[in-house]
Amino acid sequence: MMSDETEFREIEFNLAPDSLDELKHLVSQRAVDGDTVLLNMGPQHPSTHGVLRLLLELDGEQVINCIPDVGFLHTGIEKNMEAKTYEKAIVMTDRLDYLNNLGNNLAYCMAIEKLCDLDVPPRAQALRVILAELQRISSHLVWLGTHALDMAAMSVFLYCFRERESILDIFEMCSGQRMMTTYIRPGGLWRDTPVEFEDAVRNFLKIFPSRIDEYERLLTKNPLFLERTRKIGMLPPDVALQYGVTGPALRASGVNHDLRKVQPYSGYEQYDFEVPTHTDCDTYARYLVRIEELHQSLHIVEQALNKLPLGPVRSNNRKYVPPPRSEIGVSMEALIHHFKLWTEGFTPPVGSVYSAVESPRGELGVYLESDGSPKPYRVHWRTPSFTNMQILPYLAKSHLVADLVVLIGTIDVVLGDVDR
Amino acid sequence: MAALFWESLIKSLIYIVFLLTSFAYLTLTERKFLGRFQSRYGPNRAGPFGLFQPIADAVKLLFKEELIPAQADKILFILAPILTTVPALVMLAVVPFGGTGQLFGRQFSFSIAGDINIGVLYILAIASISVYGIVIAGWASNNKYATMGGIRSSAQMISYELALGLSFVTPILLASSMSLNDIVKAQMPVWFIFYFPVGPLSAVIYLIAALAEINRSPFDMPEAEQELTAGYHVEYSGMKFALFMMTEYIKMIVLCVIAAALFFGGYHGPGVDTYWWLGPIYMFIKVFMLLFGLIWIRATTPRIRYDRLMALGWKVLLPIALVNVVITAFAILLFPGLGSG
Repeated sequence: MMSDETEFREIEFNLAPDSLDELKHLVSQRAVDGDTVLLNMGPQHPSTHGVLRLLLELDGEQVINCIPDVGFLHTGIEKNMEAKTYEKAIVMTDRLDYLNNLGNNLAYCMAIEKLCDLDVPPRAQALRVILAELQRISSHLVWLGTHALDMAAMSVFLYCFRERESILDIFEMCSGQRMMTTYIRPGGLWRDTPVEFEDAVRNFLKIFPSRIDEYERLLTKNPLFLERTRKIGMLPPDVALQYGVTGPALRASGVNHDLRKVQPYSGYEQYDFEVPTHTDCDTYARYLVRIEELHQSLHIVEQALNKLPLGPVRSNNRKYVPPPRSEIGVSMEALIHHFKLWTEGFTPPVGSVYSAVESPRGELGVYLESDGSPKPYRVHWRTPSFTNMQILPYLAKSHLVADLVVLIGTIDVVLGDVDR
Repeated sequence: MAALFWESLIKSLIYIVFLLTSFAYLTLTERKFLGRFQSRYGPNRAGPFGLFQPIADAVKLLFKEELIPAQADKILFILAPILTTVPALVMLAVVPFGGTGQLFGRQFSFSIAGDINIGVLYILAIASISVYGIVIAGWASNNKYATMGGIRSSAQMISYELALGLSFVTPILLASSMSLNDIVKAQMPVWFIFYFPVGPLSAVIYLIAALAEINRSPFDMPEAEQELTAGYHVEYSGMKFALFMMTEYIKMIVLCVIAAALFFGGYHGPGVDTYWWLGPIYMFIKVFMLLFGLIWIRATTPRIRYDRLMALGWKVLLPIALVNVVITAFAILLFPGLGSG
């Protein structure tokens, strides 16, 4: 009885021979010999930020190899979008990167606008910028909270979510939904913001700077935090570029690349803001860059709000944009447009476009291929989480397990964004 | 003799019940305070101000299924929670919660085991037993996360025991006694924490080492939720899990009681000579303040990394503690009045 149990134990701690064959090319020879331990981290693990599975090869606590296994959250969003008309597919975009719903809406609608050559009224452009930047702040807040929570600084998490809540309230005020907004539509916005919107945003602008200071007081100079982040996960700029890393992770490696600056969209060129970069290339640099981005986003929101023009928020091109409710009752033509747009959908010209925005995580691109029918022939998302995830095995090498959870946090992956 | 036996029995009973209740309400206190620290309410559903929350928790855990993993070592798996809990419970037996009291015309002392002249050694000895429970729990679960947690904790506890033991030496030298009763009495005019610089230094070393010893944040490596899911008790459920939690919180109380006795004058306070019942109250207040400090630490600090923790223990705390002991010894030699107790 006892000897049986011990035998079983040995098999458990090394790997069964046949399953090892499949893994041989991924792990080192030492794992095959049984010198190192293979540990399965996730998909149900509290700090893999969703359902990421990592196969770890460990020597004691040291990570020899880290093999990400993605696909546990695969929802078939890209394929689903091909089965819906262009406008109706917007609801799918909310569910991609669930921390950047409005950013996803924006990227997709910009692609459609490019495809159909649709104009967006200036008020809608400015509101898009405000909402996208608020979304960036809320996404960074979730990142900051969970990043700190991964290091067991639990209070920061709740403080961040407190402020995120007020941003989500603003989104709810506009779109009726906290997260699944579907607020940005081809040719503008679903409808104008309510009258309370401006006050709510101004209130947030007033409160938030002191709240950033509060987070910074808890972390920025905390020796325990510095110890956990300094010189952890070094990402040299050339490696970052090789792997196609974008977003704050790239900028913290000293590469000044931000789509809002290099190919401005939605009128970002009118606003005065800095792109924070850092040359330390470590987790702490990425932290500092994102914290500075919070300040910059606030700055952009403030400018956009100050010169927010009046006017319509949706294009008048009735071939693509449904008429407002008020017109339907009085205009026969409007009724026909409404009926056609909501049953058949609009038919963009044949062609393909790629359009990208700077999401909180990096370059978020949409590739649309149109065959002239009301449904897209092909939708492909170039998501920053998926691309940035590739860097994890590189970063994790020879770090400790404790650092690994910090590294998952620092590249800020959203699993909904990884598995489309 | 028989009377003494009954006295001890009654005292132990009161003490165990008191400890278990205070454990239960410590969890509530912690959750309440953490809630306030984090701008939320904490538990407030069960009973007025959430006062019945610990009872609800206990009932829930009692009715949970006791899972034993198929490939776990069953005997050790069941033994481990017992091995961790019992030392935590008996550790306080030597600590005086008050002077001598008078009840029903009988003199009695507040420490359960009476006045043992090696009280401090007793505490150290018992404290080191509980590491077995954790290692065995980690091993018997037959789970890699649990094993890692067990290994981490054994390394951690063993390295911090040295600094912990050395931090005890300063009060022992200052009181020239190993009996906790004498140590408390020696602090009659001035608490040891005010014996600058050795007093505060050894108190700080004690608190850091003790935090590591009981696996409390920011040294909660063995159960690092974010890394090892739950560490050594990841496979435990129901009451066995509750026993581990209980141990953790009881050890928190024990840590604070010992700190109060060694550095903060124990049960001393104004008026305690006239009214003996003030002793336990002063003790309670001091322990509560220290516990509040622990909760505060948990709410604010990130977790230290495992290798840094070992470095801190061996390269920082241990040398400082050694130097501190030497300074204390020299000070006592130079000023003979110091070590008279």
